Amino acid sequence: MNAETRPMIKPQVSAVSTVVAMKAVFNRDMKVAFRQRQDLLNPLLFFVMVVTLFPLGVSPEVSFLREAGAGILWVAALLSVLLSLDHLFRHDFDDGTLEQLVLQPQPLFLLVLAKTLAHWVLTGLPLVLLAPVLGVMVHLDGNSIAVLCLTLLIGTPVLSLIGSIGAALTLGLRSAGVLLSLLIIPLYIPVLIFGTGTVAAATEGAPVGAYVALMGAFLVLAITLAPFAAAAALKISLSNS
Amino acid sequence: MLFRDLSFSILPGTVTRVEGANGTGKTTLLRILAGLNDAWSGELLWCGKSRTWHREEFLRNVLYLGHRPGIKALLTPMENLRALVAARRPVADSVLRQALSGTGLDGFHDVPCRRLSAGQQRRVALARLLIADEPLWLLDEVFTAIDIKGVSAIEALLQQRAAEGGAVVVTTHHELQLPEMRSIKLGEVAAQ
Repeated sequence: MNAETRPMIKPQVSAVSTVVAMKAVFNRDMKVAFRQRQDLLNPLLFFVMVVTLFPLGVSPEVSFLREAGAGILWVAALLSVLLSLDHLFRHDFDDGTLEQLVLQPQPLFLLVLAKTLAHWVLTGLPLVLLAPVLGVMVHLDGNSIAVLCLTLLIGTPVLSLIGSIGAALTLGLRSAGVLLSLLIIPLYIPVLIFGTGTVAAATEGAPVGAYVALMGAFLVLAITLAPFAAAAALKISLSNS
Repeated sequence: MLFRDLSFSILPGTVTRVEGANGTGKTTLLRILAGLNDAWSGELLWCGKSRTWHREEFLRNVLYLGHRPGIKALLTPMENLRALVAARRPVADSVLRQALSGTGLDGFHDVPCRRLSAGQQRRVALARLLIADEPLWLLDEVFTAIDIKGVSAIEALLQQRAAEGGAVVVTTHHELQLPEMRSIKLGEVAAQ
């Protein structure tokens, strides 16, 4: 057969829309997570254990718990998100799914955003839903619990988004855990301070609008910038592997 | 440095085999071509245009299968294939099932991949080739863990692909017997 008579394979001009591709990434991550439910329970169990051990280890006094409760819950939530971060890209990196993700024709930062969103739905959101129960346990009043849940609802996605940068950067390393924590914790501190500050203000009866607005600003900043940084870090990690 | 003064073009309708001993950079070359490795200098053109500036257009037209084929052990072959293909174009489930059957995975469509053998897992990734319409294929060690019958089926597929005007770049230690095959030999000093 000579070149003229060959049926030509045409270059592809259109790809699936970015939204469809993001949905596919999100759905796959959810499906994989639900096939491995123990991994889902780990951060939740950690969260519950830390909060229940505090009254036993420090003091079960109502006055102490009411004062420290919001802080305990926030620190426990922060650490349990941090614990789950290593899984965000690790499995995908090991089985080659990440290579295929980077080679998708859609903008990588949006696909990374979809993955991070899945991570939040699987780790952050359950913490938010569990927080009221634990809030009652540490004797927070109703208003404080509502505000606490609101701050966690705004704050945990920020934790996932910032964490995705660290997880992507430390991907090529064999033991990434310590470095990941060292990189990420300083960036988590402002979120923690404003998260607990909001609840403290609510407990004192002060208006919390300004605090909540500031946390919202954190979230907007993280959504707009973190996926770009994480996508760039992923490319570097893959290039070095 | 793995290689320098390397210059070649990949034409439609050809199968190019990258040859070389272990550690001469076959996989690295393929990853550079795919855009997964940035540690190189030089120029890479896709249809005469710089790939760096036309990355999206390039990615739409290339299919890369690496050592690690992107198969999730917890998902079934159907779910894996659907997720891998869905990013590129909408494909009906019946087409996916046909592709899986075409690679000899009949009866395993809905079994989690971790229960499959290494060769069967490879075949899930290879099923992508049966429904791929990307003009350029970059295949890294596709014959790993594949049995003799499977190997000849892949050879036939590559040949048919070239006849249809597709371009294939493949690294393998396996002796490929294809007409119109071109070779890039790595790890040898070019004769002056």
